Amino acid sequence: MNQLTQMQGLMPILPEAVLAIGAVVMLMVGVGVFQSERSARIVNGFCIAILALAAAAVVAIPPGRHELFGGSLVVDDYARFLKLLALTGSGGALILSINWLSVEHQQKFEYGVLFLLSTLGMMLLISASDLIALYLGLEMMSLPLYVVAASNRDNVKSTEAGLKYFVLGALSSGMLLYGASLIYGFTGTIGFAGIAKATHGGASIGLIFGLVFMFVGFCFKISAVPFHMWTPDVYEGAPTPVTAFFAAAPKVAGIAIFVRATTVAFPGITHEWQQIVVFVSIASMALGAFAAIGQRNIKRLMAYSSIGHMGFALVGLAAGTAEGVQGVLVYMSIYVAMTLGTFACILAMRRDGVFVENIGDLAGLARTSPTMAFFLAMLLFSLAGIPPLAGFFAKFYVFLAAIKAGLYTLAVIGVLTSVVGAFYYLTIVKIMYFDEPVKGFARMPGLLALVLCVSGLINMLFFAYPAPLLGAASVAAKSLF
Amino acid sequence: MNWPILSVTTFLPILGALLVMLLARGNGPLGKGTARWIALWTTLVTFAVSLVMVWRFDAASPEFQFVEKHGWLGVASYHMGVDGISLPFVILTTALMPICILASWTVIQKRVKEYMIAFLVLETLMVGTFSALDLVLFYLFFEGGLIPMFLIIGVWGGPRRVYASFKFFLYTLLGSVLMLLAIMAMYWQAGTTDIVTLLHHGFPVGLQKWAWFAFFASFAVKMPMWPVHTWLPDAHVEAPTAGSVILAAILLKMGGYGFLRFSLPMFPAASHDYAPLIFTLSVVAIIYTSLVALMQEDVKKLIAYSSVAHMGFVTMGIFALTPQGVAGGIFQMISHGIVSGALFLCVGVVYDRMHTREIAFYGGLVNRMPVFAFVFMVFTLANVGLPGTSGFIGEFLSLIGTFKANNAVATFATLGVILSAAYALWLYRKMIFGNLKPALVGIKDMGWREIMIFTPLVALTILFGVAPKPVLDMSAASVAQLLDNYKHSMAALNVPAKDTTGPVSIKLERAELLPVSAAR
Repeated sequence: MNQLTQMQGLMPILPEAVLAIGAVVMLMVGVGVFQSERSARIVNGFCIAILALAAAAVVAIPPGRHELFGGSLVVDDYARFLKLLALTGSGGALILSINWLSVEHQQKFEYGVLFLLSTLGMMLLISASDLIALYLGLEMMSLPLYVVAASNRDNVKSTEAGLKYFVLGALSSGMLLYGASLIYGFTGTIGFAGIAKATHGGASIGLIFGLVFMFVGFCFKISAVPFHMWTPDVYEGAPTPVTAFFAAAPKVAGIAIFVRATTVAFPGITHEWQQIVVFVSIASMALGAFAAIGQRNIKRLMAYSSIGHMGFALVGLAAGTAEGVQGVLVYMSIYVAMTLGTFACILAMRRDGVFVENIGDLAGLARTSPTMAFFLAMLLFSLAGIPPLAGFFAKFYVFLAAIKAGLYTLAVIGVLTSVVGAFYYLTIVKIMYFDEPVKGFARMPGLLALVLCVSGLINMLFFAYPAPLLGAASVAAKSLF
Repeated sequence: MNWPILSVTTFLPILGALLVMLLARGNGPLGKGTARWIALWTTLVTFAVSLVMVWRFDAASPEFQFVEKHGWLGVASYHMGVDGISLPFVILTTALMPICILASWTVIQKRVKEYMIAFLVLETLMVGTFSALDLVLFYLFFEGGLIPMFLIIGVWGGPRRVYASFKFFLYTLLGSVLMLLAIMAMYWQAGTTDIVTLLHHGFPVGLQKWAWFAFFASFAVKMPMWPVHTWLPDAHVEAPTAGSVILAAILLKMGGYGFLRFSLPMFPAASHDYAPLIFTLSVVAIIYTSLVALMQEDVKKLIAYSSVAHMGFVTMGIFALTPQGVAGGIFQMISHGIVSGALFLCVGVVYDRMHTREIAFYGGLVNRMPVFAFVFMVFTLANVGLPGTSGFIGEFLSLIGTFKANNAVATFATLGVILSAAYALWLYRKMIFGNLKPALVGIKDMGWREIMIFTPLVALTILFGVAPKPVLDMSAASVAQLLDNYKHSMAALNVPAKDTTGPVSIKLERAELLPVSAAR
């Protein structure tokens, strides 16, 4: 009887359990049972199923707020929302990988397993409610990422990307850990709730130092300026489906813990951290917009684009209100959908048996494959934030919150950088629609077409029925306040 | 009968676009033909539906009609409706679309299907802009129009189309994003983005001032007003004929419509304070761009600059805040929609034959194209503002409206009328009269399709010139209410409203709007 209630108490971490057990089983299957490339494909396929199962488990968690392990992990509506989103990001990226792995003869069973383990870290990170759980989740998420970045191990660029990511990631983790220890030292507790109590009346200078160091770690993970330097190189060097994964899922988890840590643990010193977030947000938006203009490689361009998008998402956090958090959640959801769709197109850029990555290779795509060009153009307009596409609503809600919070300068700079950003998205549309066609791409594989279609339709039809996402994001945001 | 007529008018073209997408297959003559015919019928049916709206419209009521309201974003709702100010623009849009499709019938041979889809989507967005009764919804339609127009200029445009399309897109976007922030600030101040509520909200003066500027940034670019007009000549020159028609006839009107719908009623104090700024910019636009027009060597550029000058009359009339001025502004926009659209179509006629728009290339066309010479003359004179054409009514009303508010401004603006006669007649003489250029010997006069395009436009230009009553009556009640509200809110703020008393009372009678009676 006692055991049964204990098991029921563990119900809220069922998704994590599914992922952990699934990853271990797949590892054993991969090592022990099959050894061929075809079997690796099957293992990776099963990994997608496990991610779907974990998503089902997230939905199955009884409603309400659950605390586990003495308050280290918390499962609330906020965690549910973001876990589903992170699982979608991981699952989508894994679906995008299948074809690439086969074509490039990179089918290894470790690939899917590493995705699962990294996703497990994200789930813990999203639920983390004290500094230890935070650090563990972050490391659990990051270590597999370093490995998958270098997974194309015979390729110099890929290994360089992995190494670069690892060294800088380790540095940032160290800073985060140092910050966490300072915060612990000055507040005497590691729980977010306890820290909130301790900082209720303001913060000492030591605590602010701790906060800054911790923010460095967060900013590194979401590639916000000035800790973005690794992003273009890693995005370019890593295998393309891995880049898609980097652009989608870890960003979700990173933003999730950034928002939770700041709003739950430091509501008393909002004014102090708000300035940092405003600065980081402006810097990211501006750098993302201006630096992307000169890019020729579409993966590098997407790196700068994602830097910019993180800046926009942080606009919502800078507001520091429930509306702002709702804006962040809406932003991240739409961002994941747009990113997966865009990478489906990038992964379909294959000509004469070779993957190409230059923006110029898209020339005249509207003539050679009109459907793909149409969807990609709509995604790019959406990334630029042009109504009535989904990307507009993403920006709308974060700026709405910023205006309410009185952050006018931030909002004005933000919308102006979005105009600059529109320039480079338009350039790609121009290349696809106005330029003379070059040789067409190989036929788009079915799975990529599926992802592109789903993401494209969400993107184009979001305006017709926005209520579910807005409602869910609103409920999720309220659970933090 | 309670079907949502306004939504049907708005979204019917999208349905047509879907049909084109599904039914027009291949690049052969069959696919192209299917795309053209579906597009033509869709626009014709849309026009017919919008005419039903005119028939059922109650012009005596200043309220919004055919209203539909559904929950949508939480923040904003799907709220549509038209009043006497917006309905004329809706009709203008739906009426010009079939003409645009016909004008592209043989010229566009490249990617016909995509072209028709872009135009149909654009129609939905334009009609939506004029009938949205929610700020966010309005913004959605207003900005959404950039995407199809960008593609129309960029894919089917002339040699410098890339530059022109980028300039058009980024310029307009830059203006609009600031308006979006103002919309958000208004939402937090008033708790809603519903236009009907906001019309009577009464914003604090501080907010009014910067929100006015944010809206101004957007509408001045769209209009376009001097000095942010530079995107227009480029966009016009590079766009295909039908694209130029849409740009000149409808997209530019969104700016004027925006001033009338938002700036005046929602920020009356700011509009009062900044009216001198608008006057200055308008007068500069009228005189300066007319002078620039005199210097042009490209027909389309000349007409583009003339558009900027004519829009100067519109802004001047609107911000005169007198019944005649506002009514004149609206009339001028409708008239300019028909006339400038027709002028671009005229340019299209000769461009399709000779593939150049250089004025010096042409000469003596009357010897070979008498019908064209006649049609071009009608619109040239309407552009000049000759009495008996619709152009006269608009210019005259805005001028007397402004004269009451500010003599000097009206005087300077009248100089513009002379200049417009100068460049328009000069253009006409150069192209139509004189000796026939040897290169033009083989040129053919307009065919039946072209005559069919121009007949309704000629008829309307002259009809509205001698009997402007239908248009003026349609908007009279709404204009009267607009100015009434303006006066009330100014009284509430203890600012003396602009002198709208005097011989013409603010509750204007319809007869007083007619220049014929005013001139007597």
